[in-house]
Amino acid sequence: MSRAGSQTFLYDRPPLVAAHASVAGPKEGKGPLSAWFDELLADDLLGQKSWELAEMEMVRRCVQAALNGARMTDEEAQAMLGGDLNNQIIASSFAARSLGVPFIGLYGACSTFVQALVIGAALISGGYLENAVCTASSHYCTAERQFRFPLELGTQRPPQASWTATACGCALLKASPERGLKVTAGTVGRIIDLNISDANHMGAAMAPAVFDCLSAHLSDTGRKADDYDLIATGDLGWIGRDLLLELASAAGLELPPEKLIDCGASLFYQEQDAHAGGSGCGCVASVACGWLMKRLEAGDLKRLLLVGSGAMFSPTSSQQAQSVPGIAYAAAIERED
Amino acid sequence: MSRVPFTPEQYGELVSKLTPPSRMLRGYWRAFWVGGLICAFGQALTLWAERLNLGEITAPMFTTSVLVFLGTTLTGLGVYDVIGKYAGAGSAIPVTGFANSMAAPAIEFQREGAIMGVGARLFTLAGPVLAYGIASSVAVGIVYWLIRGWVL
Repeated sequence: MSRAGSQTFLYDRPPLVAAHASVAGPKEGKGPLSAWFDELLADDLLGQKSWELAEMEMVRRCVQAALNGARMTDEEAQAMLGGDLNNQIIASSFAARSLGVPFIGLYGACSTFVQALVIGAALISGGYLENAVCTASSHYCTAERQFRFPLELGTQRPPQASWTATACGCALLKASPERGLKVTAGTVGRIIDLNISDANHMGAAMAPAVFDCLSAHLSDTGRKADDYDLIATGDLGWIGRDLLLELASAAGLELPPEKLIDCGASLFYQEQDAHAGGSGCGCVASVACGWLMKRLEAGDLKRLLLVGSGAMFSPTSSQQAQSVPGIAYAAAIERED
Repeated sequence: MSRVPFTPEQYGELVSKLTPPSRMLRGYWRAFWVGGLICAFGQALTLWAERLNLGEITAPMFTTSVLVFLGTTLTGLGVYDVIGKYAGAGSAIPVTGFANSMAAPAIEFQREGAIMGVGARLFTLAGPVLAYGIASSVAVGIVYWLIRGWVL
């Protein structure tokens, strides 16, 4: 049985998370999760000529660290699935250029990492790949200049705005009978749009998509939220997390608040002036590959449902006064003892 | 079809309820005192320039040049965005904010080169201000030309 319900893959041969790596920027390194990241960047330009090249270098380092962790060479990696927020996902494709790994570029905005996990696990479970590098990144400075304003412009952000994380996460999936962390199920969400037109308010735009994907996952698999030790969304932020709880309670979906964390709301202290919390493809990727997978390995958690969410707008759609559609993907990661 | 238990209207109301409002009074106060300080400084410059016998026409131009110079310099030093975050419109509306809106893209897009980077992007933020500023002054000029016989 490899498909359940309308949107969920149940992996017949659940791939092993053979290694994972996370890199986080200077501001993220001052946040509550700093001790959990594998590499903290002292300088967000990484000695490069531009922010875009810096993000590319961050992805390259992160993927390399994951490959090293699994004692694999670039040649042995069969596919790299990943994306970022840059136009035409240049950070990921340029990193793939320097790594020489076959590349599947993905775009799911902030949900890209979970999208990569869901597709990578399916390709491995289906026997098309023996391993897959799943990654996603974001950089505050590349995202600001593309989606908002030049960095030096004196503007104010509204309380609902989020802060694009400078971070990258990479998980190396492998077909393996060994015990460890396994990706056991994946749910592909639908685009849900409840007509939120404020592109700053991504948590509000994405919460309904997360709710829809989460309900689909639970009903497709016949599981309850309680069957998971933790449900981690990314990145709704503080306000979006509250909205998700409201949606669940109005729909009669049991979602205990103590089991629900949000990667964006966990990345920064509220005093760090990140407003609604962290966002960007690198946020959920680094928090999952840093904090959450390490907690699973430590035995602190056994079953995790990672729900990545993306706001699928562009500066063009915003300027043309279109609303912000949301997407979400869910991946169940379980520790097999 | 959709599992979401709200209509877009109901959801919109819930979102407004759960989203903390911007702190307007604090924002007004900060904009007032910073904007006021910049303007008072500009006025002091003008008075000083008049005492130097720069004349009624030249003195305001001197003030504008000095303020634009300061706004650009503070942008280059990475200070103006900090002021802007604190003061909002207080530092965006005076001519120093106009300087900031041109210097910031100039710094940001220099990596795309002198022509398509700095040259093309220099007016991305200032462009609308210039376009509508000039257009409205033309409109005011036409009105003035039509009624000047009665007013003067």
